[in-house]
Amino acid sequence: MITDNTAIYAESLTKRFGDFTAVDAISFDVKKGEIFGFLGANGAGKTTAMRMLCGLSIPTSGKASVAGFDVYKQTEQIKRNIGYMSQKFSLYEDLTVRENIRFYAGIYGKSDAFIKEKTAFLLRELHLEAEENKLVRSLPLGWKQKLAFSVAIFHEPEIVFLDEPTGGVDPVTRREFWNMIYKAAESGITIFVTTHYMDEAEYCNRVSIMVDGRIDALDTPGQLKKTFNVSSMDEVFLKLARQAKRSGD
Amino acid sequence: MKQFTSFVRKEFHHILRDKRTLFILLGMPIMQILIFGFALTNEVKNSQIAIFDQSNDLSTQALSSELDASRYFDIVQYIHSYNEIEAAFKKGDIKMAVVFPANFANDLDHFNTAQVQLIADASDPNVANTLTNYATAIILDYQDRITNNRRLPYTINTEMRMLYNPQLKGAYSFVPGVMAMVLMLVCTLMTAITIVREKELGTMEIMLVSPMQPFKIVAAKAVPYLLLSIVNITSILLLSVFVLDVPINGSLLLLIFESILFTLTCLAFGLLISTRTDSQQTAMFIALTGMFLPTIMLSGFMFPIENMPLPLRIISNVVPAKWFYYIVKEVMIKGLGITSVWKETLILFGMLLLLLGLSIRNFKIRLA
Repeated sequence: MITDNTAIYAESLTKRFGDFTAVDAISFDVKKGEIFGFLGANGAGKTTAMRMLCGLSIPTSGKASVAGFDVYKQTEQIKRNIGYMSQKFSLYEDLTVRENIRFYAGIYGKSDAFIKEKTAFLLRELHLEAEENKLVRSLPLGWKQKLAFSVAIFHEPEIVFLDEPTGGVDPVTRREFWNMIYKAAESGITIFVTTHYMDEAEYCNRVSIMVDGRIDALDTPGQLKKTFNVSSMDEVFLKLARQAKRSGD
Repeated sequence: MKQFTSFVRKEFHHILRDKRTLFILLGMPIMQILIFGFALTNEVKNSQIAIFDQSNDLSTQALSSELDASRYFDIVQYIHSYNEIEAAFKKGDIKMAVVFPANFANDLDHFNTAQVQLIADASDPNVANTLTNYATAIILDYQDRITNNRRLPYTINTEMRMLYNPQLKGAYSFVPGVMAMVLMLVCTLMTAITIVREKELGTMEIMLVSPMQPFKIVAAKAVPYLLLSIVNITSILLLSVFVLDVPINGSLLLLIFESILFTLTCLAFGLLISTRTDSQQTAMFIALTGMFLPTIMLSGFMFPIENMPLPLRIISNVVPAKWFYYIVKEVMIKGLGITSVWKETLILFGMLLLLLGLSIRNFKIRLA
């Protein structure tokens, strides 16, 4: 069911590469402003599913819409309305903080006035005013990560896709990072996040767990723990992942 | 448009911030022109020779001083036995020895024929050949003068004119070669590396998720290198004209047009490499072996293509630099117009389209 309140909608979404079914008829929907955790072991098909939703890959069959746009025909509009942050660090180390912000805002076609105003606001928010003209290379990893997230939502997208955004970051910074995610969600941005950290799964409003290309569980973390009769998301994940026949990549 | 300018600005930041690479990119053509112009030259000048004069008469002395006076030779040694010749060659003191037999003047006067022996160090065959040719020419010249008043029954005089490059300057052939090499390096290598670097960093993914169209990404990547190439073309041409005295005989506009065409071909090739590789090392390796080596070896710039075995001659046709080298020589040195190089221009243009087509197709496959 697509309502005005639906940010992402997928129905029997499938992607095959030859004989291999990477994503096997997954169905789910994400509400606006929701923090949606998209879990699964390596090779379960998370990345492929995410690529289809981002307009990078055309589905083999099924239906899906992102921000109200169709993933088959309206990939351009989808791209305009989403933000994306990958597991690989995505800022340019040899550019300054300001230049990075300006570049990413620029490829989304934002006006100079908008960029100027919002950059000032952002730098204040991140306490990076003194560092604006320093090369990103010289910043500590935690700050880089926070800056990367801020850049991903700089153009005020409806939905932001985070692909293992906290890989290799210390627990304190991860905590701060999740505070930023909450803040973004409060401002109405829908968060679609993949992670390997099960404590982070607990922070999500709802969680889906992919096994062998299918979504085997989808609920709030609390409800999932009840259903599987365990005390942590870790155990939920292990119970499901153990059934997997595919090996990780 | 805003997207495009933001991207180009970012590319300039990358290039300008990497001072070392920038210095190499801009300094390389200047260095190459100067090195080829003044150090590496296959012209023969002031070669050191020895004279073994067993006759020691007026005509041998006259001939020796003729040789010494020419700009090709310097007599550094007078030798008195055959053994010394070998010794001098072995020590590397001389490139050629001239031997006059004991009765040179006598033979010349009474039998109207005399012999002189030229012994050259053929461990470098090209130089040995050139030296003996020059020496023969000087000796024939001398002969002409002494026979002036006595009419020989039959003579055929060869008169040579070296067209387009009367002084046989090496610069006339290496300036076009260096242009091809530098443009190759800047465009193919740098575009391939710069795009693959974005893949390695993971920033390419971010770009593909953004509303920026892939062809705009690629075009924005190419713009700075196109500009850099134009700077390089300019500096090479300025140095050629003002430092090496190589004239631009044809139309400057045509020359620049052809250079830009070649630059675009190189950019397209770099792009093709970048769509097929995922690491900077691989990209560099392919660019160097796939483009740089053939440019040096099969463009006709270092080694004449006409003398190569048939398979290599056929392969040389797919090397864009071969056509560019030919065009530049025709336009710059011979002063010919588009009517003489339109075929080669079309070939380059075809290569450009083919390479662009292939890379766009690869780019799309990657996305699907």
